[in-house]
Amino acid sequence: MSTPPKAPDMKIPIPRGPLPIFPPERPKRLVEITIDGKPASVPEGSTLLEAARTVGIETPTLCYLENLTPVNVCRICVVELENSRTLVPACSRKVEPGMKVQTDSERVRTSRKLVLELLASSVDVSTAPQFKEYMQRYDAAPERFGPTGSPAKAGERDQIQPGHHHAADGVHAETVAQPVKVDNDLYVRDYGKCILCYKCVEACGVDAQNTFAIAVAGRGFNARISTEFNVTLPDSACVYCGNCIGVCPTGALMFKSEHDMRQAGTWDEKKQSQTDTICPYCGVGCQLTVHVQEQQIVKITSPLDHSVTNGHLCIKGRFGYEWVNLKK
Amino acid sequence: MDLHFTTAEATAEERAAVDACLATVSLNGSRRQFLLPVLHAIQDRVGWISEGALNHACQQLHVAPAEAYGVADFYALFATRPRPKTVVHICDDIACQVRGAETLCRQMEKEFGPAGSSKDGSATWHRSPCLGVCERAPAALAITAGEKTSEHVIAPATAPDVRSALRGATIKQPALAISVPQAGQSGLRLLKRIGTVDPTSLDAYRASGGFLALRRALEMGALEVIREVTESKLVGRGGAAFPTGMKWSGVRSAPLPRYLICNADESEPGTFKDRVIMEGDPYALVESMIICAYATECSHGYLYIRGEYPLATSRLEHVLQQCRNRGFLGKNILGSGFDFDIELRRGAGAYICGEETALMNSIEGHRGEPRNKPPFPTQVGLFGKPTVINNVETLVNLPQILIEGGKAFATIGTEKSTGPKLFCVSGHVNTPGVYEAPFGITLRQLLDLAGGIGGTGKAQAILLGGAAGAFVGPKDMDVPLTFEGLRAIGATLGSAVIMPFDDSVDLKQILRRIAGFFRDESCGQCVPCRVGTVRQEELLARMASGKTIGGMKQELVLLKEVGQVMRDASICGLGQTASSAIESALAKFPIFEEKR
Repeated sequence: MSTPPKAPDMKIPIPRGPLPIFPPERPKRLVEITIDGKPASVPEGSTLLEAARTVGIETPTLCYLENLTPVNVCRICVVELENSRTLVPACSRKVEPGMKVQTDSERVRTSRKLVLELLASSVDVSTAPQFKEYMQRYDAAPERFGPTGSPAKAGERDQIQPGHHHAADGVHAETVAQPVKVDNDLYVRDYGKCILCYKCVEACGVDAQNTFAIAVAGRGFNARISTEFNVTLPDSACVYCGNCIGVCPTGALMFKSEHDMRQAGTWDEKKQSQTDTICPYCGVGCQLTVHVQEQQIVKITSPLDHSVTNGHLCIKGRFGYEWVNLKK
Repeated sequence: MDLHFTTAEATAEERAAVDACLATVSLNGSRRQFLLPVLHAIQDRVGWISEGALNHACQQLHVAPAEAYGVADFYALFATRPRPKTVVHICDDIACQVRGAETLCRQMEKEFGPAGSSKDGSATWHRSPCLGVCERAPAALAITAGEKTSEHVIAPATAPDVRSALRGATIKQPALAISVPQAGQSGLRLLKRIGTVDPTSLDAYRASGGFLALRRALEMGALEVIREVTESKLVGRGGAAFPTGMKWSGVRSAPLPRYLICNADESEPGTFKDRVIMEGDPYALVESMIICAYATECSHGYLYIRGEYPLATSRLEHVLQQCRNRGFLGKNILGSGFDFDIELRRGAGAYICGEETALMNSIEGHRGEPRNKPPFPTQVGLFGKPTVINNVETLVNLPQILIEGGKAFATIGTEKSTGPKLFCVSGHVNTPGVYEAPFGITLRQLLDLAGGIGGTGKAQAILLGGAAGAFVGPKDMDVPLTFEGLRAIGATLGSAVIMPFDDSVDLKQILRRIAGFFRDESCGQCVPCRVGTVRQEELLARMASGKTIGGMKQELVLLKEVGQVMRDASICGLGQTASSAIESALAKFPIFEEKR
């Protein structure tokens, strides 16, 4: 008969490997630049956006988000750099010694104003939180481009062959208006509100989820976010982590709960409270911000600066709250 | 990577097309770079790219289907919805417009229905941006998918030609000499072989001095080659005029491995010089690429040619194979110990892929969207490696620089614009074609060389540099065609497009077509260009019809502001120049002045 295995003797220390030694962070050289005439001294590798922040200048951004790789496509953050033929995107241009930057020159203001007007005249920005303030700041008047036409029919914008279009008559300003795509119970895609900032594609891809369910398809003004052959989300690779919703700056991607309440006219952010908690589903420890309106959870987000999530969640953390709302 | 696929399956034919394409390549490195060739294979075989075909391609290449769809749906020559096997693309761009393209399109509309429609499902026609055959306008490109794809250009295209092409017939084309009116003349440097030496024969190329420059380069050593090129003061001929020697020195200071790319995605409306070189003297291009690769220590090169050039593509395929067979490409070239080979990549209908970083994304199997610069390609280029990228015409200057010496080359032309230059003369001239002349020839002299102004014989405006260039007026006829001379009058040489319009032309329509071109060809990545090109076209339409918002003056202000945001804030040269020709025309000519 074999002897039963002994319980480990707690007096004997459990062997452990050597403690990992982190190399001390290399002190970063400081780079001296001038922003709006003010000297700034920022660590090398910083962007102009970060540098501007150190001297108290807030740069408007739309496609930029701290937890994603900058794609610099919206061009609202452009600044004037001495000796540069064109304006440069503050979100991704790295500082170089001696740079002289203007963040509020006439040229910068005109470009920012036009970017806002071009977007607001072609996209529904009514649920984009930053737009109102930006439009005021830059006196944007999108109506200068004329009245907008009627929205496209469902799927019409997904069928356009790149390369040639019917010449515009200019009577109506063309828009991306189209019906909302509702093909699952968790979230909706309202591409009439899409400014094509690429954030959802990044979050679905290598910046967070590595699912690659969506990508940019089409070209030019007909470029759009799409699954392969515009198949529905349930047919696509989507895993419903909702990280695309988390990064969407305009409300084009939205919890179905929020979308339905907005449709019914019951969505009211003034009546909402936000409570931070830890996701109960697994041991990772993701921080959740629970948005509650009238005793009902209406959506769940996670703070961008949280060390575990960087703002990203999974289907359970993001959508697994419905049972809380169920009445017995 | 764990990829998800829909249930759609490829047909046997689609599967065969993909597998045959991949059988010819080594799948050891990044597989995604074969996405574009595979999409071509499917399109060529079936006539469109189905969901099942894309799934099969993605399974082989380990690419997410959503991303591959985004790539396929980016290119105008690919269809992601069922399309007839035979398609005729009729160019309705500016050079063809003044040579009857609109009449041809209207005729087709009447006979076959609107563009894209088909009566029996066997053939259809589409309108197309510039096909790069402007000297023989109006042009069309006929493609019939099948096991043996047939692709050919028809120019000049007549209604009966297009009709037979839609039935699958091949229309016989004139010899290349028609595109080079100077063919056979003495004293030519870049065009000397065109029309006189068999472009398919390696022996004929050698007999006419071919590969002497390569031998000379191998004797001199790489650094000496760069020194000669720097001394020649050669600058890029693609449009940006960047000093070639400086580019090469830059890439040489970057770590190995490095890549060489020849940018043969010539798509600027009115430009066809690179096509003529590739059709008429393809060995010269290959020799030049080998010299460039030797000087910059690249072991692998890509030749990215635009998808609308079937003849140049097949010539180059043949020429590359000949060079491999005879030891001019591959391992240990001419016993020098230098290894180098070239891969040919076809574009698929996207002007933006002529932008160097968009071209790199296209080769890598991504959408042809330009990258943010810096970093520049000499540091971070193709596959993230240092890359030297040069235009076709830039490269074919090399043999001459090495044989005659950089110093001698620098004496041709002017102080700041050295060397011989190819000009693409089309539109209202009597003898359109590619002309070679030293920099410094005046616009008037060049137009005289091309037989003078055609049409009514009275020039109204001359477009220089293409859609991204600028208009000049008849008063500017004595401007010397140099980089500095044109800059001085606020114009640009660009890709050396010289396109006069006679006084019968409605410039409003020309400007609207240019605006439409940029709208179609914008990649859609950045806001100023994606929406700005749309608004620019709408503004011009309103101004042309007189249905302005708030009066002409206000519309002109708005148009200027749209131009400014595109120029100042777009990511790449496409958006930055999308308003330049239009603004130059409005500044020079009273096109939209309110009637008093």
